[in-house]
Amino acid sequence: MIKAEQKPIEEILGYLEPYGKIILSGCGACVTVCHSGGEKEVALLAESLKMARNKDAKPLEIVEITPARQCEPEFAAELGDLVEGAEAILSLSCGVGVQTLARTYGAMAVLPGVNVVFMGETVMHGQWEERCQACGNCILEKTGGVCPIARCAKQLLNGPCGGSSRGKCEIKRETDCAWQMIFDRLKTLGQLHKLTEIIPAKNWGTESRDMGPRRMVREDLKV
Amino acid sequence: MKAGSNLEKVLTAGHFALTSELGPPKGNDVAIIQKKVDFLRGNVDAVNVTDNQTAIVRMASMAACSFVRQMGMEPVMQMVCRDRNRIAMQSDIMGATALGIQNLVCLTGDHHTFGNQVHAKNVHDLDSVTLIDMVRTMRDNQTLMGGEEKIDGEIKMFIGGAANPFADPFEFRALRLAKKATAGVDFIQTQCIYDMDRFREWMKMVRDLGVHEKVYILAGVTPLKSAGMARYMAKNVAGIIIPDKLIDRMAKAEKGVDEGIKICVEQIQELREMEGVHGIHIMAIEWEHMVGRIAETAGLLPRPAVE
Amino acid sequence: METGPGIFNPKIIAFCCEQSGIPALEMAESAKLELAANLEVRPVPCAGRIETVFLLQALENGADGVLVFACHEENCQYLRGNIRAKSRLSYAQDRLARIGLEKERLEICNLAANCGKKFAEVLKDKVEQLRKLGPNPFSRRH
Repeated sequence: MIKAEQKPIEEILGYLEPYGKIILSGCGACVTVCHSGGEKEVALLAESLKMARNKDAKPLEIVEITPARQCEPEFAAELGDLVEGAEAILSLSCGVGVQTLARTYGAMAVLPGVNVVFMGETVMHGQWEERCQACGNCILEKTGGVCPIARCAKQLLNGPCGGSSRGKCEIKRETDCAWQMIFDRLKTLGQLHKLTEIIPAKNWGTESRDMGPRRMVREDLKV
Repeated sequence: MKAGSNLEKVLTAGHFALTSELGPPKGNDVAIIQKKVDFLRGNVDAVNVTDNQTAIVRMASMAACSFVRQMGMEPVMQMVCRDRNRIAMQSDIMGATALGIQNLVCLTGDHHTFGNQVHAKNVHDLDSVTLIDMVRTMRDNQTLMGGEEKIDGEIKMFIGGAANPFADPFEFRALRLAKKATAGVDFIQTQCIYDMDRFREWMKMVRDLGVHEKVYILAGVTPLKSAGMARYMAKNVAGIIIPDKLIDRMAKAEKGVDEGIKICVEQIQELREMEGVHGIHIMAIEWEHMVGRIAETAGLLPRPAVE
Repeated sequence: METGPGIFNPKIIAFCCEQSGIPALEMAESAKLELAANLEVRPVPCAGRIETVFLLQALENGADGVLVFACHEENCQYLRGNIRAKSRLSYAQDRLARIGLEKERLEICNLAANCGKKFAEVLKDKVEQLRKLGPNPFSRRH
């Protein structure tokens, strides 16, 4: 899922300076799973913000809500009743939710309270790691289920580079070398021959993130 | 002849080749290049000109190569995948060949976080394997990557690459070299060798795959200056292995520099005897004045003159 | 404890674990030991029941200081509740430090059921400490 981290509170307080009453909207999906924007985190942040503003004698009124998601019109609409009298929305959802709210409530400032950091896996409770970069053309079949776009610092398709040492990446000793993992997995699967085939250069500019903002359509669903 | 460079001619004629390396200035002071070329001229067949090595910004390899040529030496241009996309790369190759540069080593490149512009966008449009393939396409197909767009003129490049017998996974390293051979590499230079046993093992794997008959292999050496340098490299540089007995030798030596040169010469002599090793690549960055002494002591001078 | 006009008696909210904090409190009371003048006790079945937000709400709602009385680390009847409480309190301290709240306003104390004396001492020390820090400026104004 999408992983995000709350922005530093000083930054958020900076955004909220002009306002006296805000809606603080969490999201019940990805940011709940990584403990940065779910119902609990909304409550904690609301308390912290109120306390900080109390000290400066500029109290901040906060209305809390955590819809199941923010990235769809039906869920964004849940804030509708609360908008009256509120001056801004602070959203703890990923950038998608923030933008959906901004589009839905065009007359209100919608401010981001988290930084999306990556799409990743919960490795253990409290630790999340990047696994996917939405490259548009998944090659996990060729690489034994380990993605070199997301997990190789140089996004090599024909790695490893000369800096792979004892299974670790040259840029950080704690980082596993993706190509060592790919090698190990393919060996376990009896598919090492896949590594002798050259994977051609990626079509970054036409199939991936460099082609501009992407769109996906299912005409059959647009009834 | 694929390009007709001096390096290619030396290797094709069956001589044991010798190359070295120089780093361009961190600015545009051409006198720095002149100084290094003056040390190296006549002592090697060609000199690699690095491309923003360790992601530290230096004068572009192509520009520095052009000066090296003017100063009377044959350059080997280097191009990393870290900083340029395929448009810039093909454009640079057209420019380089127009400037008379005939050797190009294709590399992945050290990660940008090692350098002095750590906030840069990481390019890596291609990797070293697909870059080699691209240059081969330009040369042998006379088209851009993709095979469709015709190039005006001929792109004559002797294509090089790198290999690291000391990186992991070890059992894959020879196969990766084979992959570069399939992609069209003409010669490779290895990472600097200290662990002879491991290098021997790697060479055997390379020979078993028949790659030594498709690709010229130049063994890399770097003279040690002190035990401290040896320890530092062994600990901090990923992909370099230095056996303890070498570190001990450096530590016990009266003069580190002299011992380091001695070890380097011994290594060269040992490597010369190995089947499939076609030459030596001396990497003595910022120590270029030692290259002549090493070459002479190792009996590699004078360099062969080829027509 | 001194009381009277001009004396600042800090409001202390004490979350007390029913296995340790509450019995210790009762022991202190029956021994007639002096306790903080402005103390509010909140019993919890285990310190691990304390959600981080309870600590913040306590401070925001007017406490000058918050104490958590929990069992010794190896003695939690719910196995790791006291360790969770410690971790949550530490997280709250770090977060609140970013807005300027002094770490001393939040503290966890580990004790056993028969530590009536320790209970009273910890409270006394906290009152002294909070007197020096002054009233909590992060509370809502009444």
